[in-house]
Amino acid sequence: MTDVREQAATTAPGDVGSVQFDLEAEGLSIEAKSFGRQTWDRFRRHKLALVAGFLLVTIIVMFWVGPSFSSYAYDQPNIPDRSKGPSLDHPFGTDPLGRDMFVRVLRGGRISIRIAVVVAIVSTTLGTLLGAIAGFFGKWVDLLISQLINLFLIMPALIILFVFAIRYGNEINSVSILLGFLLWVNIARIVRGQMLQLKEQEFVQAARAAGAGSFRIITRHLLPNVVGPIVVQATLIVGTAIILESTLAFLGLGVTPPDTSLGVLINDGKGFLRDRPSAALIPGGFIVLIVLCINFLGDGLRDAFDPTSRRVRE
Amino acid sequence: MTATPGTEPLLRIQDLTVSFPTEDGLVQAVREVSFDVYPGEVVAIVGESGSGKSVTAMSIMRLHPKGAQMEGQILFDGTDILSLSEKEMRALRGDDIAMIFQDPMTALNPVFTVGDQIAEMIVTHRSIKRGEAMSMAEDLLGKVGVPEASTRINQYPHEFSGGMRQRAMIAMAIANEPKLLIADEPTTALDVTIQAQVMEVVRDVRELTGAAMLLITHDLGLVAGAADRIQVMYAGQIFERGTTNEIFYESQNPYTRGLMHSIPRVDYVGTRLTPIPGAPPSVLALPAGCAFRPRCTHAAEICREQPATLEHFGPTPTHMTRCHFAAELPPLEGARA
Repeated sequence: MTDVREQAATTAPGDVGSVQFDLEAEGLSIEAKSFGRQTWDRFRRHKLALVAGFLLVTIIVMFWVGPSFSSYAYDQPNIPDRSKGPSLDHPFGTDPLGRDMFVRVLRGGRISIRIAVVVAIVSTTLGTLLGAIAGFFGKWVDLLISQLINLFLIMPALIILFVFAIRYGNEINSVSILLGFLLWVNIARIVRGQMLQLKEQEFVQAARAAGAGSFRIITRHLLPNVVGPIVVQATLIVGTAIILESTLAFLGLGVTPPDTSLGVLINDGKGFLRDRPSAALIPGGFIVLIVLCINFLGDGLRDAFDPTSRRVRE
Repeated sequence: MTATPGTEPLLRIQDLTVSFPTEDGLVQAVREVSFDVYPGEVVAIVGESGSGKSVTAMSIMRLHPKGAQMEGQILFDGTDILSLSEKEMRALRGDDIAMIFQDPMTALNPVFTVGDQIAEMIVTHRSIKRGEAMSMAEDLLGKVGVPEASTRINQYPHEFSGGMRQRAMIAMAIANEPKLLIADEPTTALDVTIQAQVMEVVRDVRELTGAAMLLITHDLGLVAGAADRIQVMYAGQIFERGTTNEIFYESQNPYTRGLMHSIPRVDYVGTRLTPIPGAPPSVLALPAGCAFRPRCTHAAEICREQPATLEHFGPTPTHMTRCHFAAELPPLEGARA
């Protein structure tokens, strides 16, 4: 089948002595699809990613609109109702101050997602930029950035975060931006490695011969080739950020009471894990669910952005 | 379409020397090469690997790795390319001078559709909307003989066969109607069955656009049918030059003859091929005197002592050869009467 197609494709009309195929009659004509359509088609084949994406959207919508359907507020204590297990009235139970856990989980999830998104955007942008510059230009630029990467790798992140939080305030946005500045190194290393390999390909020389400058070559010709690894790494960072944030919250950085995040909720719940495991397991379950969804989504996106993956999973 | 005296050359290379710094010292890959390309003609540079033919071509595009030192002059349309700024050079690349690369497998970007890449070439140099450029791309693909161009422009390079990819490369090269096309071994990476087709496409588009072409190749057979004039290069120097007929029938250079004896010919039944013995010299350790001397069947004492110069030979102004014994070589076997 493929052979016939190949042969038909390499045969120019009007070539003397070459076999002519009627493409329509052979049922071999190729349908044209736009880039967006092809990407969507490839993504759609990835059933798991499709389910994960749907689930993630559902969870996020629930986080944002959910609280308005409840008669409780996340910061409204109700001492008589304290430390209850799940019931019809409080589906996730209540905490030791009698606050409704359902509303608090939704509130916490919202904060966690916000942090994760900011961290992912900051670190991906920074890492891609620096990695691309290092890999493409090489020489002393590469040396400088590589050493910077090494520096960040050996720096104890928690201590840095502590120092900065004490100096510049303990606000969620600044903590998440700081987290972003600490997590860019992995993306930078991956992008740098890919760039080193890609820049030797002949199509870069061809782009130069077509009159493209370095900036255009990096942005228009090289970076699109690295989208796959970047997307995967970015999804991993989302997971890391959510988990790192809970570590920070444990140390009293980032979210301050009565506000909460998924990490804070787990931390709060760990005290009575034996009596009411739901207090820690529910927010923990949400973290697992979100990170898993994002990873599967990343998998699907990577395949969707890779045009050569078309035949792989058919 | 030979060099007509009176017309200005489109490209004039004068005493071009290209050297690369290496750990073992400065390497001269091209040594004092001079030649002209006139508008609309096809000039071929023929030589073995490492003869400096690709380096010469890349000099015109100024696409050498950093650190390459270029001396001499490359005049394109009257302006010295070596004195242009990087920005002016970028404007020239892909517009007035375009290049067809050797390996269509790697010279196309795998994550963009073929149409995108041709359109990119157009929008880089002209203020044209992307959509318009895409329809021009479709047009160009049709011109280079890609069937179903309207669907093919939306396909990725990996969905193209080798010959089709090379056609797409050619479409990219002619997108801005260049005055000079540089084809660096355009058929080397292709199946023999496709080579002839692709050369035909090259010939067609050249006639269509009226561009001059510099054809870099090691394949003398390819050159015979395609080139107006030939420059034979060896060890960074031009060893012989002339019109295609002069090179094929009246060659007065042992190296050119050696090259020709290494091509199989259908009309020489029962004769064995005679390869050139040995390997091309390392540019780091060129032999004293004539660079071809260690492999030459005609070498004598003088060849060791003093390098030969490129001298006119015969009645025409086009034929030049670099050999101490040019006049004494026997007439070429199978030469025209």
